[in-house]
Amino acid sequence: MIRFIARRLLFAVVLLMCTSSAALFLTRLAPGDVTAQLGPTASRTEIESTRVRFDLDRSPVSQWVVWAGRAVRLDFGDSFLYNRPVGPLVVRAAGNTAVLALAALAIATLVGISFGIMTGSRQGSHAATIVGDVSLVGVSLPPLLTSLVLVFFAARTGWLPPGGMVSAGSLDPSWAAWALDVAWHLPLPSLALSMPIAAVFERLQSQSMSEAVQQPFVVAAIARGVPRRDVILRHAWPVSLRPLCAVYGLVIGALLSGSFIVEYVTAWPGVGRLMYEALRARDIYLVAACAAMGACFLAIGTLAGDLLLAAADPRVRDEAE
Amino acid sequence: MRRLGIVLLGVTALCALLASWIAPNPPDRRFPDLLYAPPTPIHVLDDHGVAPHAHAWRLVSRIERRFEEDATQRGPLLLLGTDAYGRDSFSRLLHGARPTLALALCATLVSTLIGAVIGGIAGYARGWVDAVLSRVSEFVLVLPAVYVALALRAVMPLVLPASEVFALLLAIFALLGWPIVARGVRAIVASEREREYAIAARSAGASAARILLRHLVPAAGGYLRTQATLLLPAFILAEATLSYVGLGFPDTTPTWGTMLQEASNVALLGDAPWSLAPAAAIFFVVLGVNLLVQGTGRAPVQLEP
Repeated sequence: MIRFIARRLLFAVVLLMCTSSAALFLTRLAPGDVTAQLGPTASRTEIESTRVRFDLDRSPVSQWVVWAGRAVRLDFGDSFLYNRPVGPLVVRAAGNTAVLALAALAIATLVGISFGIMTGSRQGSHAATIVGDVSLVGVSLPPLLTSLVLVFFAARTGWLPPGGMVSAGSLDPSWAAWALDVAWHLPLPSLALSMPIAAVFERLQSQSMSEAVQQPFVVAAIARGVPRRDVILRHAWPVSLRPLCAVYGLVIGALLSGSFIVEYVTAWPGVGRLMYEALRARDIYLVAACAAMGACFLAIGTLAGDLLLAAADPRVRDEAE
Repeated sequence: MRRLGIVLLGVTALCALLASWIAPNPPDRRFPDLLYAPPTPIHVLDDHGVAPHAHAWRLVSRIERRFEEDATQRGPLLLLGTDAYGRDSFSRLLHGARPTLALALCATLVSTLIGAVIGGIAGYARGWVDAVLSRVSEFVLVLPAVYVALALRAVMPLVLPASEVFALLLAIFALLGWPIVARGVRAIVASEREREYAIAARSAGASAARILLRHLVPAAGGYLRTQATLLLPAFILAEATLSYVGLGFPDTTPTWGTMLQEASNVALLGDAPWSLAPAAAIFFVVLGVNLLVQGTGRAPVQLEP
């Protein structure tokens, strides 16, 4: 088990280095640089000093060497857009993205799995058919569409704030008030992000559940007179979890991809939005740091998925040891 | 269910093909007095009998975007209102289907083709060729596709003519799409090459290319078809996402993504639900594809993007 985790950590470090370096080179080799942000009236000396500050006067390779040398000492360079070190900026945005993604994952898991158990164990009933149709519609509603539709409803009814993470008026509030404000802004983006994933979970759980209830041990349990509820939840459900846990690792990718557009539409200050701004402004060190943070999320997600799979299926545990 | 999917896709394809004939107005014609106009009600009867027509909008207040029907005059038919430049949204929606669907179809074709070839080579050659190709495709698969597409598009010049954007997005999508196909084709080819018919072909002296193209890749045909149906909606969405955030087609080209930008103004969106029409169009296409896949007895499980 320890060797398995160590191998995963090594993979994560390699992924982190590859993605952030690739992002650095891509941004550096792209036409235009961050000095375009100074505007057309900037003086020559101003442009030159900005170039020096962001190591744009060096060759791309030597810039990478300097940047990597600083990065191992946890100094990831400065952001031009925000005029401060990128480390705290990215960590803060990552926290916001994590809150959004975890809330969406929780909603998707709760809704998807409970409905999936229901439809999988009652194949052919009216309720199961309706839920199945609804989730087929849900699968066809990617976050771009759900977030736009939810923003429309929020703007129309005024029940929920249509965007942002905190209200504009609340300057420097107490911690509790801030948390409450965030919780008030959270439902819309997290719902938008979770809907398609919940539908996928429902379909998968339904499929594996309907396979599980046909297994001989379930038939045997029913024959022994175990109550239906217990048969479904205690006997069939644990067995049916394997395919679901297998996609959990993949879902992280979907959450990250989806969270970019949800953050963009609902003005949630997360990593996706930050990276978009940084890419457009050619804010080179911010791009690299955002890419590194994305790789971190991905590595954590796949690791969590593998651990879940091992927890759900003893056969996987045996293989790993 | 399956029939409904075919109908949805068929209607969309027809609209895209016949856009020039069925669109009531040219997509880039501006009505200077009709910025953000709501849809015009359709009147079926006039004084002489049945003759569907629309009355002209008369501008009441430009700032409040208020319009009144002018019953004395006939005006342009605006089924989905107009956009910020006073262009007919319905006509743009019909014309916008063309670049959106053409890009998605081309990208699907190209990435399926590349995936089949690379997967076939990897599965047939085995050894180090297989190892290298598999590692590369796994690496691309791990990355979240939207961010890679975003980064690759953003590092190119931000303002490009539509045809260059088309080629650039096609290249990006193909780059991101092939590994998904290649992985499955590799597995199929690797197991098929040990079957009797492949061995027979080899012992009859067929070349590797012939065995691969005539015997092994066709064996993966069913798999290729399902993958193509999963890639198509993903690419439609990718175009919409990139154009929506301003990194896709230029604003002057009507596509579903650029049209969705109209909906990004929250203050206007609440009073103008019709600006979500491109979103509805995307939904119907994706739903149509999913219904089609569902009809073949496979649960649609698609997570990217």
